[in-house]
Amino acid sequence: MTVADIVKNFGLQTRAGRERLLEEVTGGYASDLLSDVIAHSRKGNIWITIQTHPNIVAVATMKELAGIILAGGREPDADTIQKAEEEEIPILISPLFTFELVGKLYQIGISGMSPC
Amino acid sequence: MDGTENNILIHKTFHIEGGNFQNAGLISDQVKKILKEAGLPKKVIRRTSIATFEAEMNVICYAQRGNLSLFITPNFLKVVVEDEGHGIPDINLAMSDGYSTADEKIREWGFGAGMGLPNIRRNTDEMVLTSKFREGTHLEFIIYLDRQENMLPFE
Repeated sequence: MTVADIVKNFGLQTRAGRERLLEEVTGGYASDLLSDVIAHSRKGNIWITIQTHPNIVAVATMKELAGIILAGGREPDADTIQKAEEEEIPILISPLFTFELVGKLYQIGISGMSPC
Repeated sequence: MDGTENNILIHKTFHIEGGNFQNAGLISDQVKKILKEAGLPKKVIRRTSIATFEAEMNVICYAQRGNLSLFITPNFLKVVVEDEGHGIPDINLAMSDGYSTADEKIREWGFGAGMGLPNIRRNTDEMVLTSKFREGTHLEFIIYLDRQENMLPFE
């Protein structure tokens, strides 16, 4: 499944990184604490968060994530969009809150990693 | 951790302003650019970026000011971060996953998970942390450039 499939399935709005929407999604991670995402997300994961500042792009770039979905209809800061365009990180927006969004992603086959 | 003085190919020092959350991540971005330009392996760049990002955030969250110095030699890269700030009363506790003294403001920005120092340890080959409570913290870490596991492409 690609990021574009998720966008289409849930009618997400795309704010940045359109050129990388065909990236394959390997799983998902949901957290609003950046160091937690650094520690536990995996390459190609889609990340669900309510953080909107530019450091989410730094984290997604470092971890080579497939994209970021902002839950609860949150809008990214202007400098977040700019940085995401530079780094080619898709930023998507869903009106759903994190719990609902993760549940729906799980239903279409996006799963998380079990703790080791 | 000796030998830094010999064969230094690149040395650069950056100033970090404590409490400046808006510009957080800028220093680690610059370090990453230097490593990319130096043509270092992708895995070295990824590990260094994570460790540097976490170190920078610690200064922003818990210090008034600090400096981050990057040294690159043919065999390893070393980062030294010194700050004037809160300091760490119990380093063993601070190194454990999930322990944090972050206040509400820090958490609002998505920091203070209590995983910064463990993330640094996991992504470096050597790490030394010393601190004087209410004075400041000194962190050094090394990532080897001549180790096979660091040369591998991203897993």
